Amino acid sequence: MNLYTRRLWVNRIGISLSMVAMSLGLVALLWILWTLFSKGFASLSLDLFTQDTPAPGSEGGGLRNAIVGSGLILLFSMLISTPIGILAGIYLAEFGRVSKFASFTRFMTDIMLSAPSIVIGLFVYALFVATTGGFSGWAGSLALALIAIPVVVRTTENMLKLVPTSLREAAFAVGAPRWQVSLRVTLRAVKSGVVTGVLLAMARITGETAPLLFTALNNQFYSTNMAEPMGNLPVVIFQFALSPYDNWVNLAWAGALLIAFLVLAVNIGVRVVFRNKDKR
Amino acid sequence: MPDQAMPAGENAALQVRNLNFFYGDFKGLNNVNLDVAQGKVTAFIGPSGCGKSTLLRTFNRMYDLYPGQRAEGQILFHGKNLLDKGQDVNLVRAKIGMVFQKPTPFPMTIYENIAFGVRLYERMSRSAMDDRVEWALNKAALWGEVKDKLQQSGLSLSGGQQQRLCIARAVAVKPEIVLLDEPTSALDPISTAKIEELIAELKSEYTIAIVTHNMQQAARISDYTAFMYLGELVEFNETATIFMRPEKKQTEDYITGRFG
Repeated sequence: MNLYTRRLWVNRIGISLSMVAMSLGLVALLWILWTLFSKGFASLSLDLFTQDTPAPGSEGGGLRNAIVGSGLILLFSMLISTPIGILAGIYLAEFGRVSKFASFTRFMTDIMLSAPSIVIGLFVYALFVATTGGFSGWAGSLALALIAIPVVVRTTENMLKLVPTSLREAAFAVGAPRWQVSLRVTLRAVKSGVVTGVLLAMARITGETAPLLFTALNNQFYSTNMAEPMGNLPVVIFQFALSPYDNWVNLAWAGALLIAFLVLAVNIGVRVVFRNKDKR
Repeated sequence: MPDQAMPAGENAALQVRNLNFFYGDFKGLNNVNLDVAQGKVTAFIGPSGCGKSTLLRTFNRMYDLYPGQRAEGQILFHGKNLLDKGQDVNLVRAKIGMVFQKPTPFPMTIYENIAFGVRLYERMSRSAMDDRVEWALNKAALWGEVKDKLQQSGLSLSGGQQQRLCIARAVAVKPEIVLLDEPTSALDPISTAKIEELIAELKSEYTIAIVTHNMQQAARISDYTAFMYLGELVEFNETATIFMRPEKKQTEDYITGRFG
């Protein structure tokens, strides 16, 4: 066999192996999505948004309290994590490129990124729930924020590092102090990338269950009081999916589908925003 | 080396004395002495890596952004050493503006590109700012082309227009000195010609220091030319003298294209 045919075969084998690997992953993903859609769609109805989670043994019911609760918890966790994450990212990329403190922060951020979410939940439980005397929406927001912050920090830093040095120098050259250069020039240059990071962080925490179990707990009634235990989709799904009641199990499927839709919508939205940005 | 500090009896906007520059352990500039004449165009020429951009970047302390880079010696500006630790570098940069090789419009509207620098040091009414923006864009010979689209992004302009926007931005803060670091090397010949015209007009009000690869450009637009090689100032004189009767063999070789 000459060198060329040999290379041709190595190439074919390589491509086949990677196709197999890809299809394995894809099959698993499609299987999950198929199960989710086929079981979730059947349970989709307007009642989901107008009725609260049913008591054990009662008929029907919806997810209104969990949807609103999840929305509030997500909203506040993003309100906490977005400014902290973006400012920390700016610090790492613009101020502390070489400082010891920055590399320590970077290291901690990486650890936080890969920390199991249940650990974060326990941490907030021990620090916040146990000391303030109860489960609450605030505790849930805090736990989710702790998960979102490192994601936002990392994307912000990485985006800012892509800003050409020449733009940064140009901003300094008109006499701008570093904070103005960062906030008004370089951050603006990577605005869409940072927004993407924030939205992806939101997608990431939307389905987190473990941290909420220890913090927001659950609430079978409609409540917008963040100081009280609060219903939320992931925990409701967790409880209902394991329950013996058919209507509960169906609601869990519907809730899972809602979360999947939300995450999908965020991801697609991000892509659309980016595509329009590139065209301009 | 004879005293090359001042080729003629001009007022000096900058006086460079015994300037050494280090990139870590590497010495980028070796004992440079020269005066940048007030209200004139001083050009810096030399082969790549000769230190001409390095020298320019000491004038506004741009190297400060990078740890590991440091300058020793003196650069006197209004009698004070720019290199002193106590110097407010932001104020220095507001007085000594800079335009770079690649056009670098800020990611904001054309209007905001100009207003950004002005707002840093001056508080003024909306209409005064409008006037300043128009004035600066006029100075950069760009007003006619952009007056109807001030609210468009600065990035929507062509390369040559972007570079003139950068010149307008530098001029808008009313600096005393404008540093140009190969301002036309990324531009087409027509844009280059426009910018050269612009430099000729600007020198009536500003001191200009320009680094250029292009010897013809230096010959066309500058009053004084400094030839640098391997981190040293080889020869500094009136442009006509440098190009017609250079004193040093190295200068002559470079200008006639024998190396570089």
